[in-house]
Amino acid sequence: MTANGTRLVMDAQAIQRALVRIAHEIVERGRGTADFALVGIRSRGVYIAQRLRRLLADIEGGEPVPFGVVDITLYRDDLDRRMQNPVVQGTSIDFDVDGRRILLVDDVLFTGRTIRAAMDAIIDFGRPQAIQLAVLVDRGHRELPIRADYVGKNIPTSRQEEVAVRLAEADGVDEVLVEAP
Amino acid sequence: MAFAERHLLGLEGMGAEAITSILDSAASFKEISDRDIKKVPALRGKTVINLFYENSTRTRTSFEIAAKRLSADTVNISESSSSASKGETLVDTARNLEAMRPDAIVLRHSMSGAAHLLARHVSCPIINAGDGCHEHPSQALLDLLTIRERRGAIAGLTVAIVGDLLHSRVGRSNLHGLRALGATVRVVGPPTLVPREFAALGAEVHTRLVDGVRDADVVMMLRVQRERMGANFFPSLDEYSHYYCLTEEVVRLAKPQVIILHPGPMNRGLEISSAVADGPYSVIMNQVTNGVAVRMALLYLLIARSKAEDAAELEAATDAPVVRGRSGGRA
Amino acid sequence: MTRLRIANGTVVDPMARTATRLDVLVEDGRIAAVEPGDQIAAEAETYDARGCLVVPGLVDMHVHLREPGYEYKETIATGAAAAVAGGVTSVACMANTNPVNDSSAVTRFILERAAEARSARVYPIGAVSVGLAGTQLAEFGEMRRAGIVAVSDDGVPIMDAGLMRRALEYAKLFDLLVIAHEEDACLRCDGVMNEGLTSVRLGLRGSPAAAEELMVARDIALVELTGGRLHVAHVSTARSVAMIREARGRGLGVSAEATPHHLFLTEEAVAEYDGNAKMAPPLRTRADVEALRAGLADGTIEAIATDHAPHHPDEKDCEFDQAANGIVGLETALGLGLRLVAEGVVDLPALVARMTVGPARLLGIPAGTLAVGAAADVTVIDPERRWKIAARSFRSKSRNTPFDGWDLQGKAVATFVGGALVYEDRTTAPPLRVAS
Repeated sequence: MTANGTRLVMDAQAIQRALVRIAHEIVERGRGTADFALVGIRSRGVYIAQRLRRLLADIEGGEPVPFGVVDITLYRDDLDRRMQNPVVQGTSIDFDVDGRRILLVDDVLFTGRTIRAAMDAIIDFGRPQAIQLAVLVDRGHRELPIRADYVGKNIPTSRQEEVAVRLAEADGVDEVLVEAP
Repeated sequence: MAFAERHLLGLEGMGAEAITSILDSAASFKEISDRDIKKVPALRGKTVINLFYENSTRTRTSFEIAAKRLSADTVNISESSSSASKGETLVDTARNLEAMRPDAIVLRHSMSGAAHLLARHVSCPIINAGDGCHEHPSQALLDLLTIRERRGAIAGLTVAIVGDLLHSRVGRSNLHGLRALGATVRVVGPPTLVPREFAALGAEVHTRLVDGVRDADVVMMLRVQRERMGANFFPSLDEYSHYYCLTEEVVRLAKPQVIILHPGPMNRGLEISSAVADGPYSVIMNQVTNGVAVRMALLYLLIARSKAEDAAELEAATDAPVVRGRSGGRA
Repeated sequence: MTRLRIANGTVVDPMARTATRLDVLVEDGRIAAVEPGDQIAAEAETYDARGCLVVPGLVDMHVHLREPGYEYKETIATGAAAAVAGGVTSVACMANTNPVNDSSAVTRFILERAAEARSARVYPIGAVSVGLAGTQLAEFGEMRRAGIVAVSDDGVPIMDAGLMRRALEYAKLFDLLVIAHEEDACLRCDGVMNEGLTSVRLGLRGSPAAAEELMVARDIALVELTGGRLHVAHVSTARSVAMIREARGRGLGVSAEATPHHLFLTEEAVAEYDGNAKMAPPLRTRADVEALRAGLADGTIEAIATDHAPHHPDEKDCEFDQAANGIVGLETALGLGLRLVAEGVVDLPALVARMTVGPARLLGIPAGTLAVGAAADVTVIDPERRWKIAARSFRSKSRNTPFDGWDLQGKAVATFVGGALVYEDRTTAPPLRVAS
């Protein structure tokens, strides 16, 4: 615990182990990765999805599964939130969604609203066979009936705390921090 | 600084960063028009009014499609059907519309400054879809996006804008936008239609088409209006066409990778030959596609911003957090 | 006999160019004496003007009172009230009413209305051409007998040089000044502001300076041809001033006036398409403003005249192309004039001259003087008073001014017409009157 109330709950090694474990779980439950596609939610969900994609390819061999990116900015249900300059980075799903088993990937699962928006986006592209959810961290406090199929770590938090996921691709370091309000 | 205005009245004075932020947003909206379900719920429940005092099927349709693809409700008011023909002033129309609480108004009007006037009288964001001879910012933005797509960075490009600059809102907006992004702009046309003052606005003034087009990276043709002939800006369409029509022969003087733009509708054979309009250098159809994306970006950015500003203002005034029907986002 | 003493003020004599502590004695509406206070023995009701300037009642030789025909913008009564609130005791009103003042009937109507108002003196200006149509001379003689003091088609230019020539010649018979609105209609085309960089930027049609200069040059040549007297209304360009200066240097009967707005504002004022920046002639460039100021200072421009042009808000708060031309000016001219003094453009006696004896002499009216025997039209000015222009408080019916909110120093606090106090500013201290 640092002086201002920030605690480190996952270090680089913990993150790596969690992702490896999730990759194995995916392969086991899914009985392979046929018909799979990974969709990362911008922005850190994308990096985690990319890592999972490499891990799945290592485990199963063969071609890496199709990969897409979804930007939920245009699917938010709260236009009047203080987003004075919303940055729309775009959604990119260039594989056929119909009949696919989509695995949505995000860094933190909290109220569930982001996931709902992501599901709306995916369904606009077609009719998947199934949608599953993998998250690095589940911090509780759901406001919608949404649950993750694969969880890196369950971290109980109070509502006011902030969970910060830092990834090497964006932040230069891999760690998960919980910050006091 | 990213685009931060309440209204989009023109590109004059807008910096490179603001323009680029809009172009980047527009680029990411393009993909929605390629989907099977060409809709996102971003502006669900919002009302956009298209208030068009001048006939314009293409611009109005473009805005309408843009709004609908964002799930907004649109209302089209056109001059002939509106109370204006009964003598209602723009200010009165504005007040009436304001009372119906639109979330944005897109205005096209035949008089310069009409959008400024409207902005003084309504509180919702205004998008200027063309005011007289003054500006047509969404057209210039889609032109910039098209140029950027085909030629990469705009800085350093030489762009020739040819035609009736004096009366052209498209010409003015493009001049401001291109200069802000670092392009070299040449304006080309007869002295009666291209006043010397354009030099003070940052353009090189040319009266000979060949000089203006030589080694240009981009050639933008403006529509010639026949009414100008009656007012003695040039003696006849034939004469104008002889000196200023963009033909294949003239295009050969430009750079090999030149692209040709035209805001439409074209006067084939007058300012542009059919061969060039339909030829390999023409990106006129790309302009139309980009038009919807740019307008989606503008509607989204302006409405999102105004809602955020209003919520912040309300919070500041009442000193209490705005109770939103749905609580916070990212989760 | 009614007596009034305006005491303890500093009397500014624009002719002698002096400013002296003197009292002014008024008997039965006429100036009886202008002497040091202890030299005036007579008992009189006293108006204490201590700390104030005392000047002849101001004369505005170019106003539009809109009556008959456009009473929704202004009436003679409201216009006269606006005048005295600005320290103006005599106005000359233009003929572009409805019906046009091209006859003795309309002239008499205007004078009747003015008499009823019992406020500022109103001097009608008759039309040069019937109906302002620019084709046929109006009856100068008949209108002169009815009371006009000059002729003008102001509002529209006289495009027919032949008609202008005849007008200049014919007006000599009645010693009438011909006041010209110089703006070539063909060059102006449908311009709504000065032609230049700003008009190109804003996408508004421009009217070039040449539109005015062409007509000024033409009419100077016609003065030379006819020996008539020409007065250039609302001059607005540097070259016009230069041409007028040159013509006067040659002894030609050419005079000019300038409006306060042309002495302060430039075409930049149009930036946000503000209808209150639309007038004819249009606001021009900084260089033109400087040339006008120089012309005012060296006397090439003999008069400050407001071109007071009241308009309804709907006619100004609309699309710029559709907005009516002109702004009100009666209640702001003096304050702006004093700012010219503060900025060193002219000294106080010169400013007073441009707003009193200058215009009075051009029109040949008995105003602009505090000579013994003259009508007691007097304006008392508090030169220290700081005030903010508030259009909503104007006495005029109309509020169309780009100067709303300007902070000025110096204001008329009392206006006398024929010895009667027709305006008093009671916004600050209680009336300065001291019972005799």
